[in-house]
Amino acid sequence: MAETVFFYLFTTLMVLSALSVVFSRRPIYSVLSLLIAMFCLAALFVMLGAYLVAALQVLLYAGAVLVLFLFVIMLLNLEPEASARMRVFTLRTTGTLAALLLFFALFGILRGAGQPTPPGAQATPGTVESVGRLIFTTYLLPFELTSFLILAAIIGAVTLAKQHSNE
Amino acid sequence: MVAPPLLCWTILLAPFCAALLILLAGVHRKRFSAAVAIAALLTSFLAAGWVFLQALRDPAVLPCELSVSWISLPGFTVPFGILMDRLSLLMTLVVAGVGSAIFIYSIGYMAEDHAYSRFFGVLSLFAFSMLTIVLANNWIQLFIGWELVGCCSYLLIGHWYAKPAAAEAGKKAFMVNRVADFAFLLGILALWSVSSPIAAGRTFHFQTLQARLPELARAGPVPVTMLPLIGLLLFCGPLGKSAQFPLHVWLPDAMEGPTPVSALIHAATMVAAGVYLLCRSFWLFASVPSVMTIIMWVGGATAFLSACLALVEIDLKRILAYSTLSQLGYMVMALGLGGSVAGMYHLTTHAFFKALLFLAAGSVIHGTHEQDIRKLGGLVRSMPWTSAAFGIGGLALCGFPGLAGFFSKDEILVLAYERNAPLYWLGTITAGLTAFYIARAWFVAFMGREHAHGHESPPVMIGPLVLLAALSIVGGYLGIPRFLGELHGELHWEVAGISLAAVAGGLVLAWLLYGKRLVSPAKVVHALALPYSFLQRRYYIDEIYSWYVATIQQKIIAGLCAWVERNVIIGFAVNGTARLTRGMGQVIRLCQTGRVQTYVLAFLIGIIWLLSVPLRR
Amino acid sequence: MTVFAPCCQPPLGLIPVTLTHYLIASALLFAIGLAGIMTRRNVLMILLCIELMFNAANLAFVAYARALGDLGGQVVVFFIITVAAAEVTVGLAIAVLLARQLKTLNADEVSLLKW
Repeated sequence: MAETVFFYLFTTLMVLSALSVVFSRRPIYSVLSLLIAMFCLAALFVMLGAYLVAALQVLLYAGAVLVLFLFVIMLLNLEPEASARMRVFTLRTTGTLAALLLFFALFGILRGAGQPTPPGAQATPGTVESVGRLIFTTYLLPFELTSFLILAAIIGAVTLAKQHSNE
Repeated sequence: MVAPPLLCWTILLAPFCAALLILLAGVHRKRFSAAVAIAALLTSFLAAGWVFLQALRDPAVLPCELSVSWISLPGFTVPFGILMDRLSLLMTLVVAGVGSAIFIYSIGYMAEDHAYSRFFGVLSLFAFSMLTIVLANNWIQLFIGWELVGCCSYLLIGHWYAKPAAAEAGKKAFMVNRVADFAFLLGILALWSVSSPIAAGRTFHFQTLQARLPELARAGPVPVTMLPLIGLLLFCGPLGKSAQFPLHVWLPDAMEGPTPVSALIHAATMVAAGVYLLCRSFWLFASVPSVMTIIMWVGGATAFLSACLALVEIDLKRILAYSTLSQLGYMVMALGLGGSVAGMYHLTTHAFFKALLFLAAGSVIHGTHEQDIRKLGGLVRSMPWTSAAFGIGGLALCGFPGLAGFFSKDEILVLAYERNAPLYWLGTITAGLTAFYIARAWFVAFMGREHAHGHESPPVMIGPLVLLAALSIVGGYLGIPRFLGELHGELHWEVAGISLAAVAGGLVLAWLLYGKRLVSPAKVVHALALPYSFLQRRYYIDEIYSWYVATIQQKIIAGLCAWVERNVIIGFAVNGTARLTRGMGQVIRLCQTGRVQTYVLAFLIGIIWLLSVPLRR
Repeated sequence: MTVFAPCCQPPLGLIPVTLTHYLIASALLFAIGLAGIMTRRNVLMILLCIELMFNAANLAFVAYARALGDLGGQVVVFFIITVAAAEVTVGLAIAVLLARQLKTLNADEVSLLKW
């Protein structure tokens, strides 16, 4: 019962903040809305028993990625977006309608895929230890490769954004 | 004993080998090319002579046929072969014999010409083509030879192609012949299509057709109107090749070519091919009286009208050209009247004396470099041999009693007398006109005061003249009609008498006007100014043809075709395809907006469609 | 489409929370992110909406991990977060470069590959 209430609470909050991300005029508001959405999402993760992932979500996603976004937005000093010109109105409408259509399609498909109950407490909770064990045994190779990926990303970002001094 | 096959093939192929040899090896070797050409044609003549002797000894030798299968598709078989019977043997002897004489004459006449080897090469090719026509055993081979002689005629008329008049004359000859040959080919194909009730049995073969067609016509599968139509279409061939009225316009212009060419092609052999064809397929024409009527009237008209045109000519070769036209008219008229033997007889004697006349004229031109008879005169003194030759030829042409032309022309007039009175009178009047114009040429060019200085021709040119003169004299006694199969009775005195009277009248009139100058010719011309100018303009036929070509053909038909070419084919099909492709490209490139969101939208639509697949089930 | 046949299935609001609920929440988040991509004109905002879509995917993974009892789903989410971090880094670097070169962050004007 409590689960249902919490679920609907967090989901509503999440959806509202997601809508705020999409429809805010100011970029800062969007980023902060996304932050809220991520918190709600972390709460949903906890409800699903994925404790490590929830922590990582807050730490990495909300803590690092969105902060990076904020830095860049403030660096580039973005103006609030002006309202759409008539020329691209069709694209906007068509896009939104298409997204809606996609949702209905997914809704239709997923509706028939439901299981009666989630297994509940019988399943192994996603603690640090259990997920960690999995990462360092079965999924070791992707783990190592991810470090390479991060290295490449760092080098790429530094190279791209470097300001070439006059030589 | 049968005529040996190798000999027969030699007759046909020797000139072809000569032409090939000259083309490959003789281009700058004058004596070599002349020797090769003459040797080849003499070989053909001797081979034909041998066959002739065999045939005299043993009549069963002829007819003899040799054939090689060339095309054999179901329903369309064309052999390549030789049909040697009395008709083709006689014609072969004429072509090869007179041809050899003219080849020898050309050594002297063309001695200073730059394109000596080319001349002999094309002459050999012509000889081969002519023999192809004569010896053909099927219509397609005959047509191939037909077109080939037209091509050689074009090449030879335009031998001095740097001269615009010669080039134009060559073109004119070829095009007029082409028009006639189109109808001719239609006739051949029509004949082929009715030659058998079943498609696979159709044939071009002469003897098969001759055997089969009368029954087919009687039995019924051949419709009644088909045979006259075929006859008419087939007659269009001789209409062009033998220069009958109204397609006679090319022959006078063809005199731009060298004189040996005029002698060989446009007097003795090629123009006679039409007459030969009519004889060859006489069985077909004889069965359609309506077409025969047309043939004889066309012949008669040609004879008379050309003789009138010769009256006002001043160029020596053109007088002879119109004379040829007139005599050809006689031959065609004879065939129309039903006398194929008479026609062939006149063809043979005509070959002798017309070649003689042309070679004599060539000798005059060679000696004086002058063709206008007004500028000539008194050649009897300076060129005796040539004058004698021309005289004998002229008398033979008139039909002077005892000479070759007398007998053959009389045969024709007898036929006309028996079968068709108006044509007989037309023929007799024409005979009178013939005598007049040839005597006119004689008196003006050979008698009287000397205007141009001429020297006698070398022996290599005189020799053939002597030979042909001899043939013109004795030609009537060689027994040609008997060889061709007709035994005739004694001379028809009435016809002979009337024609002699006409000839005498013509000769005397010419002598009075041009020999003794009793009445000044200029005054006569002035008195008959209107008919004179009409004749001088050659009945305005050339003007009519040029008008037709320039206005109807060029402006209307060619203009229409050009419009279709420009707008439909180029504009619509070619350019249109390009424009369509470019237009489609312009439309499709609008997809590339360059904006990421557009592409995402496209993605999305695809994904939605994919997702909808399980939902539709 | 079966979604427009309400009488066939019980309404989702009354029964306890099942996997389907989580999945539909994920789908909703995904669709909103997508609408954001289509609608926003600023390049950085588009990147932000992409992040939203990533999160939607994460939710779906975790929900399935729980439903199937396989922790592999959570491991995948671990990796998705890492990869998303790297991608954001590079993406923002590109955005900075864009702002410097073309002097604009308007997605409509960034269309050099236009016909």
